[in-house]
Amino acid sequence: MTDAVLAQGLPGIVDDWSADKQTFQVHWGKAMMWIFLLSDTFIFSCFVTSYMSVRSATTVPWPDPSEVFALTIFGQHMPLILIAIMTFILISSSGTMAMAVNFGYRKDRKTTALLMLATAAFGATFVSMQVFEWSKLIAEGVRPWSNPMGAPQFGACFFMITGFHGAHVSIGVIYLLTVAFKVWRGDFEKSGSYVSVEIAGLYWHFVDLVWVFIFALFYLW
Amino acid sequence: MEATEEGQQHPIGIYLKIWFLLFVLSTLSYMVDVLGFESYLRWGLILLFMFLKAGFIVGIFMHMAWERLALACAILTPPGAILVLIALMTLESDYVNFTRSVFFAT
Repeated sequence: MTDAVLAQGLPGIVDDWSADKQTFQVHWGKAMMWIFLLSDTFIFSCFVTSYMSVRSATTVPWPDPSEVFALTIFGQHMPLILIAIMTFILISSSGTMAMAVNFGYRKDRKTTALLMLATAAFGATFVSMQVFEWSKLIAEGVRPWSNPMGAPQFGACFFMITGFHGAHVSIGVIYLLTVAFKVWRGDFEKSGSYVSVEIAGLYWHFVDLVWVFIFALFYLW
Repeated sequence: MEATEEGQQHPIGIYLKIWFLLFVLSTLSYMVDVLGFESYLRWGLILLFMFLKAGFIVGIFMHMAWERLALACAILTPPGAILVLIALMTLESDYVNFTRSVFFAT
């Protein structure tokens, strides 16, 4: 970064793109993570769009997600309760992650590592609940090619979309633990740059972001 | 607050507020299901809460609101192309649905 004052807004775009210099005024790792997340956005969009087209093309009634994912807790019938809890867990993990990034930039090594561990723990809880959900549905006879509740495409969409998202969460947990360990060990003390925490944070928030769309479009629709 | 390569510094309170807000919005979208809203009211509310949540996550948690416009545009405009895919697949699936109802009905 130079000391020159950078233009803001639209003239800023022209400046950033036209000059013979680095375009994005951020750490390269951050720019690359954003570009990776953009490509991932297209992958998830393709899944969700294919779900949309098979759901609107079928002549067989679509299973009611509200009932499929209902649980009876303490004799109380709760529609979609497991998914709601999973949503709150993932949002909480995003909250702790955002604070970990903040404490990283304050060079508070221990708090950052602990907040990242908390984030990973929330992530692991989320995946365990997903395992429970999958086992329950498989036991009820839901398969990628058929299910007892209605349109056979339901299983294909469910396993594909939540499976791909669950894989992202699992990889994210491993990624977070790795970075948390490096933070704890003091790897970033010498350079004084905690941008690695923010890059890991971008990935994690994206996982939460995808869940927002899955929750709305698959579970609530 | 301007983003620099050294990272962004915001008061911790803003993350707690957004966290709380995301909880509220999630509860509201869950209530749409619990209260059994139907049709356009249901879909409209689901999409509204979904886009609000997505906006807060990308804008505040991922710091996009403070990044330079060159980065924000490079990342946020390409997904607009997905609207074309959605439009094409809507036409396609309507047609598939039509042919199915014609041939399976008899």
